[in-house]
Amino acid sequence: MDISTILQQIFNGLQLGSIYALIALGYTMVYGIVRLINFAHGDFYMIGAYASYGLFFAIGTLVASSFSGPTAAIILFIIILLGSMISGGTIALLANQFAYKPLRNKPRLSSLITAIGVSMFLEYFLSALPVVGPSYRGFPELIKKTTYNFGPAIVSNFVLLDLGVAAILMIFLTVLVRYTKIGKAMRAVSQDKDAAKLMGINIESVIATTFLIGGSFAGVAGLLAGLTYPRIYPYMGILPGLKAFIAAVLGGIGNIPGAVLGSYIMGIAETFATAVNSLIGEGIAFAILIVVLLFRPQGLLGEKVADKI
Amino acid sequence: MLKVENLEVDYGAIKAIKGISFEVAEKKIVTLIGANGAGKTTTLRTISGLMKASKGKIIFKNQDIFNLPAHQLVSLGISHVPEGRRIFATLTVQENLDMAAWLIKSKGERQKRYDTVFELFPRLKERRKQLGGTLSGGEQQMLAVARALVTGGDLLLFDEPSMGLAPVLVEEIFNTIIKINKSGSTILLVEQNAKKALEISDYAYVLEVGTISFHGPAKDIANNPKVKEAYLGI
Repeated sequence: MDISTILQQIFNGLQLGSIYALIALGYTMVYGIVRLINFAHGDFYMIGAYASYGLFFAIGTLVASSFSGPTAAIILFIIILLGSMISGGTIALLANQFAYKPLRNKPRLSSLITAIGVSMFLEYFLSALPVVGPSYRGFPELIKKTTYNFGPAIVSNFVLLDLGVAAILMIFLTVLVRYTKIGKAMRAVSQDKDAAKLMGINIESVIATTFLIGGSFAGVAGLLAGLTYPRIYPYMGILPGLKAFIAAVLGGIGNIPGAVLGSYIMGIAETFATAVNSLIGEGIAFAILIVVLLFRPQGLLGEKVADKI
Repeated sequence: MLKVENLEVDYGAIKAIKGISFEVAEKKIVTLIGANGAGKTTTLRTISGLMKASKGKIIFKNQDIFNLPAHQLVSLGISHVPEGRRIFATLTVQENLDMAAWLIKSKGERQKRYDTVFELFPRLKERRKQLGGTLSGGEQQMLAVARALVTGGDLLLFDEPSMGLAPVLVEEIFNTIIKINKSGSTILLVEQNAKKALEISDYAYVLEVGTISFHGPAKDIANNPKVKEAYLGI
């Protein structure tokens, strides 16, 4: 592998990692607050991709005829971006409200199995729905692909877009969690629900907000994935969902910076492994999972917090 | 202010509280004493809405509050300092207080309450930016009390406030409770340290495996020979 290939693979890895990161953040936030591994999270990403696709065909020509040239593309992209967030967030809220909330005080295994049920429901329901159907669809070219030379490597505007959108959302999330009232409440609820209730916090609304944010991030990831790898289908969320989950475990589940770090490591590892052999590329994530669970089960940034007596 | 009638609470198939009745009059300190497992913590957790009761009545300020959710009870005026302090360890002292001020919309009012608790516990003001988990046991207890004061309830429930504290700090925490009571709050106190609790209380109930065996003015209870033998070690 020469230097230009390595550089090229790093860019590809960062791009893939950005998409994983947006999914993994939702996984890790939801886990942090309700200790639920929401296996349906990958499907929120799929919903985001389909919503973007649908929105494009619903309003694409209208926007193109109302504005001219690049303005039209930008406005359309922003509308679709918001649409992907709203759809991902809404589906996450609904899943929480109807599937997870009723099981909140039941054994954790019940919600875990329910999460698998929600996941399958979304996949099969959309497959059965005539307007969606089970087959692959080509994702529309919302943005013209252009490439730039970056030293010996070639970088497309999609790489910059994926990295940029992921970076903006990650900064937004960091600020939200660290400095805002709702962010502090999310941290408080994830630590001690009873104590949070005694502060007067309605923990269910904090949990719902967490689902909303996590789901909207997954929705955006669906849009970016559609643009970058332009093929969507109802089962498209399964593997990226699992890999993002592994990324969250690698970084330390429940830990927000950990999810981002884990995702970029996963993205880069996967592109390099794929460069060697595409089957190894698919398997590398699971190899990483086994290694993490064997040698550092709390993840890279996860810590075991000692209780003060 | 608070009236509990025939309260029953179950833990799965086990009846933890078997129909107790008691009253907490306004501006008084009332204590519940009893051995481990008598149901003291369960009683407090039920009043503050962390646990659901199976039967009975809970009247607070002439309003039926039976099985209302905890966060709603906070807005009605019940503040609970839970057993084991339950500080948010990865939030700073200030952030812990911000959480306690969750329901207070006005910024001025929030600041006023912070000032009041910082006056009561100057140590917390010094450590405002420190993480809750890095405080000493005594400071954590102060923070737990401070949070309850910021939520601003008229009725304060204290669950084992002296647990795990050095004797000097135990003295301090009881003095704090007296101070809080003098400033107008009603207090329901649960304590292992029955001697101290009876000293500062107006009225006392003795809880034995889910039922109330004696009650009376704290002084009388402290002189009751059975209570002396069982709880005061005399």
